[in-house]
Amino acid sequence: MDYSLRPLGDHALVIEAGSSIDHATHVKVRSICSAIEEADPAWITDIVPAFTTVTLHYDPMKLEHPDRLPYETVMNRIHTILSSIPPGAEEEPRTIEIPVCYGGDFGPDLESVAEWNDLTPEKVIELHSGSPYLVHMIGFSPGFPYLGGMPEEIATPRRKEPRLRVPRGSVGIAGSQTGIYPLESPGGWQLIGRTPVALFDTQACPPGILQAGDRLRFKPITPQEYKEMEASR
Amino acid sequence: MIEVLKPGLLTTIQDLGRTGFQQYGVSVSGSIDHLAHKVANLLAGNESGAALIEITLTGPHLRFHGQTLLSICGADFSPTINGVPQPLWKPLRVDEGDILRFGTPKEGCRAYLAVAGGIEVPEVMGSHSTYLRTGIGGYRGRALQKGDRLTVGTPSCLAKEMSNELSMNPQTDWSIPYELIGHARSRAIRIMPGNEHGHFQKESREALFNQSYTVSPRSDRMGCRLSGPALQTETHRDMISEAVTTGTIQVPPDGQPIVLLADRQTTGGYPRIAEVASIDLPRVAQAKPGDELRFAPITHEEAQRLYLRRERQLRELRQGISLKYV
Repeated sequence: MDYSLRPLGDHALVIEAGSSIDHATHVKVRSICSAIEEADPAWITDIVPAFTTVTLHYDPMKLEHPDRLPYETVMNRIHTILSSIPPGAEEEPRTIEIPVCYGGDFGPDLESVAEWNDLTPEKVIELHSGSPYLVHMIGFSPGFPYLGGMPEEIATPRRKEPRLRVPRGSVGIAGSQTGIYPLESPGGWQLIGRTPVALFDTQACPPGILQAGDRLRFKPITPQEYKEMEASR
Repeated sequence: MIEVLKPGLLTTIQDLGRTGFQQYGVSVSGSIDHLAHKVANLLAGNESGAALIEITLTGPHLRFHGQTLLSICGADFSPTINGVPQPLWKPLRVDEGDILRFGTPKEGCRAYLAVAGGIEVPEVMGSHSTYLRTGIGGYRGRALQKGDRLTVGTPSCLAKEMSNELSMNPQTDWSIPYELIGHARSRAIRIMPGNEHGHFQKESREALFNQSYTVSPRSDRMGCRLSGPALQTETHRDMISEAVTTGTIQVPPDGQPIVLLADRQTTGGYPRIAEVASIDLPRVAQAKPGDELRFAPITHEEAQRLYLRRERQLRELRQGISLKYV
């Protein structure tokens, strides 16, 4: 398997599995994660899969060695773990449907996304909810899914000035990515809609309803349906 | 038991963080200044990771119910016990009914109050840290409020010995080595080039080292926001989001850098010009709005070497304290 390693600060290391968002890279990322989780080294404090990378946060004090720095030890151990990966079988992904009310107060940037791409707002909604997405990673904030498979026709750069408060459930676009904010937080994405579904719950185990590897489909709903679903939560 | 008479600006319960859940997007949280956190605990006879009270800029007023050993490390907010000024970085003893107050913030941004036995709060996802954005962990998932009552754990044998000694001699005849805790204000924060360092314009890369940056009032536990010369990338390109770490300096399109702190997000999509060496993170943690920061380069190898050296010094400090009392 091809990959490269690079440091992230002095407590983490990035395994780069590829350079573009595609299915083959995603499968590589998943098998790297599985191999490391199976080996379960005590010096790793966190594993963070992303579109093209797997980042390992580690504790340098658990890798003390008289004449070798922790980073060097980590690299050697990663090479050992990853050299044992067999050509893996792909697991069948789950498909999860997320209802979204597009535009208006729920998606204040829908108009500007349409304008940027010379489309009508209706066409943006049609394209955004038309095809299934792949959950490449969860990150940025608790339960926040980074989704692959958004049509390039609706790609829009991030906002120049990030918003200090983005309401929970907001669905946004940043470059050629789309995602959902599970909690209120600051953020620089273009907001096109909002879902009434709770994506993150600290009482649940695991705490998020989505996992890297899932398929996700957005289903447009009316403001009335949004209110009903929110009320029944 | 500790009674909160006045809560202060932002007073929370923290340990060294909630690890293992970053893959679900859960922030690590924990104390922003790990050095002050660890030393405060050692001076109260605790394990270095025990839960304690993190105090931001304006300190609380607290009443102690029962005799206990404590220590205050990090920022100097003019602490007093029953009106008598108290030193930082020293073990202190309070008796039933004593009132600890914090006054004028003199230096630094965050103080750490450790109490022998640690603060007892329920463990959430393996940690005692308050994760403010989600309202979980720590004391009811929130900052302390007037009237809150904090339970204190069982003090260690070492804490009891230290406390007995202090009842006879109210001042210790030893102190923490200055080398370990001295915050040389003029010294630059050491940083390593980040993954997108090369995407930035030459002038921006130079500005990062040649100019100083001011800490913005919009800073919080998530990030230390800086204002100064705008940092610009050569061409606008959206990077593919991936993991960030504590100390990552990311640059949004307005060009004003943000040093990510304990409540940081787990991943990010803004270009990362650099990462702060762990050894200097406590200095970023103590930078308050209006303070000026300067940056200097360090290699990844040197950053790891210095981090290991400091952790060994902390281990020696712990052994030194034990040998003195037990």
